Amino acid sequence: MNAEAVMDLESTEPVAGSHELTPGKVGMWVFLVTDALSFGGLLIGYASLRAWSPVWPVPSTVLDIPLTAFNTFLLICSSVSMVLAVASAEAQDRKGVIRYLAATIACGAGFLGIQAYEYHHLFSTGLSLSSSLFGATFFTLTGFHGAHVTSGVLYLSGLLAGVLAGKFVGPHESHIEIAGLFWHFVDLIWILIFTFVYLV
Amino acid sequence: MHETQEHHPTGFLSRVVFSRDHKVIAKQFLFLGLLFLGLGGSLALLIRWQLAFPGKAVPIVGAFLFKGTAGAISPEGYTMLFTMHGTIMIFFAITPMLVGAFGNYTIPLMIGARDMAFPLLNMFSFWMAAVSGAVLTASFFVDGGAATAGWTAYPPLSSPGPTPGLGQTMWALSLFLGGVSTLMGAINYVTTILMLRAPGMGLFQMPLTVWGMGLAAVLNAVFVPVIAAALLMLMLDRVAHTGYFVSGSQPGSAGDPLLYQHLFWIFGHPEVYILILPAWGIVSDLLAIFSRKPAFGYKATALSMTTIVVMSTVVYGHHMFTVGLSPTLGKAFMSLTMLISMPSSVLFLNWLGTIWRGSIRLEPPMLFALAVVFVFGMGGLTGLYLGAITTDIYLHDTAFVVGHFHYTLAASVLLGSLAAIYFWFPKMFGRMLSAELARVHFWFTFLPLNLVFFPMLVEGYGGMPRRLYEPTAYRFLAQFLPLNQLIGFSAVVLGLAQVVFAVNVVYSLARGQTAPANPWEATTLEWLTASPPPHENFQEIPVVHRGPHEHSLPGMTERDWLGQWEPKEPSTPSDPAPAPIPSPVAA
Repeated sequence: MNAEAVMDLESTEPVAGSHELTPGKVGMWVFLVTDALSFGGLLIGYASLRAWSPVWPVPSTVLDIPLTAFNTFLLICSSVSMVLAVASAEAQDRKGVIRYLAATIACGAGFLGIQAYEYHHLFSTGLSLSSSLFGATFFTLTGFHGAHVTSGVLYLSGLLAGVLAGKFVGPHESHIEIAGLFWHFVDLIWILIFTFVYLV
Repeated sequence: MHETQEHHPTGFLSRVVFSRDHKVIAKQFLFLGLLFLGLGGSLALLIRWQLAFPGKAVPIVGAFLFKGTAGAISPEGYTMLFTMHGTIMIFFAITPMLVGAFGNYTIPLMIGARDMAFPLLNMFSFWMAAVSGAVLTASFFVDGGAATAGWTAYPPLSSPGPTPGLGQTMWALSLFLGGVSTLMGAINYVTTILMLRAPGMGLFQMPLTVWGMGLAAVLNAVFVPVIAAALLMLMLDRVAHTGYFVSGSQPGSAGDPLLYQHLFWIFGHPEVYILILPAWGIVSDLLAIFSRKPAFGYKATALSMTTIVVMSTVVYGHHMFTVGLSPTLGKAFMSLTMLISMPSSVLFLNWLGTIWRGSIRLEPPMLFALAVVFVFGMGGLTGLYLGAITTDIYLHDTAFVVGHFHYTLAASVLLGSLAAIYFWFPKMFGRMLSAELARVHFWFTFLPLNLVFFPMLVEGYGGMPRRLYEPTAYRFLAQFLPLNQLIGFSAVVLGLAQVVFAVNVVYSLARGQTAPANPWEATTLEWLTASPPPHENFQEIPVVHRGPHEHSLPGMTERDWLGQWEPKEPSTPSDPAPAPIPSPVAA
């Protein structure tokens, strides 16, 4: 039973229009607060360890900034296509939803591919979780984020399969919009990680 | 509107095991919590045995549990006992019982909803908790035994060097999984309270139990992720040798054990309030219902709890006064800690205001609620000594701390859980518990409880450190051996009293008097529906017309209560005479 099904049982009969608050949306927002704090815990750890470490490499000497800048661009593009998917869902344009969801998934998968290549390259230079605190924090933060992108890609793929089967697009649907909240959040976190781990 | 009532699941698996009904999940959490309460309590008895009769063979079970040492507890075994006792009681007994069981049971019923907002997530939350408990239990049986780094698991004690065993890693994994379960619950609780309240149920018409549960869920949602991040780093330290919390593990790296303490207490202090807030809410409601009066200062109580929630986020440093915190920071944390006692005092005085001149009915739930008022007062007062740096430096890591947090957590929360069980048992199972057995259970719990925890305050004041294997081996502490034996005997009596409770539960489940819909003449929505409530709780979603405790109001002649669901009669005589009860009407 999903959130909407429970709502339908209520005598108040709230209309789940695109701008109405539904339990699904509120639940996702609470989850995002939660998730933001878990990244917060890791980022606090990163900041304090880096501040007190006597040696810390300049990130650009270890990491490939242009490649990751392109990867960041890819993720921002995926946010744009996610916005378009949500807009299509609001207009109940099924074909549009399919097109833009597919584009978002493709961008997310591309991001993961490039991250896998980056990891492979860094491992070959000897950087690892146990090589230094730089390596530990780098792989923990980007790995935790990569796990989020992976679950986002799976989540959106599930939705896409549902849309192809004729679900999730209609007058009382907010699934695409809720997934959009999660996807934008994951992108936003990446901007922070890119700034603090790669650039600063 | 009721078409889904036909979807009542019928198979055993979907009805009992993998149920999505919040009432069934609540019972699952309750029995999980009671199971671990028994386990954690048994570990406590073993700890007390060692302190009362150091190095002597444990009677009856010793020969079976401690074969290598001829039945006596070894120092390593003792360390494991207190580590696992704390962990089990906090995360696997109190949390499932108060937050898991009664949060799940009361929230939808008290706000007039058919279920939680996300029933499937709710089911996952329970099963994640069960898996997490299984991992922790399994850690007793691995090579090297269970965790030994204390319930706080400070590095470097919990780093792979000092505790290389698998048990410590499983401890971290188990808490991480438990955190995920708690988060699923918290998301559900917050969403349900915000979105699924019955028509007319504003935030200030909600029973205080729901306030307590909701605020605890907010704290969980915000701070459990922080400890999850710390546990993730701890696990990486242990498994992937990252060196987050170990200084100098790699050349030039400055891993920081204090970082863990900060992250732990950023979560850990709010956690104290997470555990006590549900009990506060429940006690606030019970005092009103069994004093037959509206809760005194209802809004002030709700807002005090909210203030405490906000302030609890900025006081955690008082756990770290002795680690070398900068004095300025220490003073800031001390001032904030003293400030947080003000909303706590408002809450406490409101409780006294509620029972003041009430028509008190000393039913079992009320006995336990009154006991909470007493022990929480003790816990709060002893907390002041630990919040002030000057006294804390002397008392830190002594038995005084142990006595203090057992008064607040063990005593208040345990008695609060028991009050909740005695109060809602008729609703949950449709049977009344025996009141006579309940009274026996009460006195043999309340008195020994104080004989267990009060002497700890005395011993700590006398300088006895906590966690020592045999503190009375030191000459200046030898005088406390008789006191330790008193604690030990009282603990045994306390343990035996719980057998009375178990007998009561089992007997009443089978043979207890059938419970009417509203045995306590209470006013909140769960008492409108049948005992036990049908699937989806209400025949028809009630409309809320009144505050949560409308008792003994002017003009009430036939009975001294009006349920939240009862419409305001236009013919209610407006009594211009001075009200017989000097308390404000709940908003």
